[in-house]
Amino acid sequence: MFEFITLISKWMLPALIVFIPLYALFKKVPIYESFVEGAKEGFPTVISIIPHLVAMMVAVAVFRDTGAMQFYLHLLSPISNWFHIPSEVIPIGLLRPISGIGALAFVESIYREFGPDSFLGKLASTIQASSDTTLYVLTVYFGAVGIKRSLYALKVGLWADFIGFVASLAVCSLMFL
Amino acid sequence: MIHYIWMFLLLSGVVAAAAKGRIDLVTSATLTGAKDAITVCFGLISIIVFWLGMMQIAQDAGLVRKLAKLLGPIARFLFPSVPADHPAMGYILSNMSANLFGLGSAATPMGLKAMEELQKLNPDKQTATPAMCTLLAINTSGLTLIPTTVIGLRLKYDSLNPTEIIGPTMIATFIATSMAVLIDRYYQRKYSRKG
Repeated sequence: MFEFITLISKWMLPALIVFIPLYALFKKVPIYESFVEGAKEGFPTVISIIPHLVAMMVAVAVFRDTGAMQFYLHLLSPISNWFHIPSEVIPIGLLRPISGIGALAFVESIYREFGPDSFLGKLASTIQASSDTTLYVLTVYFGAVGIKRSLYALKVGLWADFIGFVASLAVCSLMFL
Repeated sequence: MIHYIWMFLLLSGVVAAAAKGRIDLVTSATLTGAKDAITVCFGLISIIVFWLGMMQIAQDAGLVRKLAKLLGPIARFLFPSVPADHPAMGYILSNMSANLFGLGSAATPMGLKAMEELQKLNPDKQTATPAMCTLLAINTSGLTLIPTTVIGLRLKYDSLNPTEIIGPTMIATFIATSMAVLIDRYYQRKYSRKG
């Protein structure tokens, strides 16, 4: 089972970068022009997140380097020990539904301290990648059509985030510990 | 919400530094934080430029549309209240398949179109319909084939195997998404019994 998951990780990207152009060529798409056309949008896309990333990474750096983070993680440690959650990933789980970039700043912080290939690094990566920013999606989608009462949508979204967090923890513990 | 969190992070940092008598830590953290944000961003450019190029090919070749077609039966099961030939269904399918390819910038406009069409089927324009809630449940759980941002960040920190997390991520997302659909169904029943 885990060999199969590892196989997916290894082959997904190579398989897609052969399959997609091959299929397109077969459909007579000028693949090189298409690629360049799409890739053009990459630069502005990334540049547009700079303000958000600066705001969040400065806040997280201040929080981390002054020892405030340690203080709060210590406060949380009875809970995290009880559930066997590494306390370092708790900020990511808490922030993920509210601010994707805020959570990303904490992921970066873990890479910096423990490395991306450590257990914590892989766990943080999985938590970050396996969810989307629930609050943002809700605001944009309902806001666009003027829905005021969102029924149970927020509850479902937050449950999904929580389950994603637990599932990431379970899968990573089974595979990487 | 985000305002308070941001303020909380900054304020607790300043308080902690002051309590330690090391207020200089705040200044150095601010400068390194800002500098690192820029290097991280530039680190992300490589993979995102590449992936968007790849995805343009997928779009031009009609792969995104093809995937949408394959997802048809799943969508009809997920959205029983939407007629199969209603335009909403088409947008829902495009939204799902763009999400799967990690085309966030294409998924959102499709999702918003789907919301507009669902709104036309909605008798009470201020209250969400169950179909809208289902669409949001799928969108907030974030099922994707290649998590480019995280891979880009791993690459930037010299990971030996940046794509190692693709498999675990897919499993975790799959679990989260299916549970989201189940929970959505549960609330849907509970709600319709009440109403």
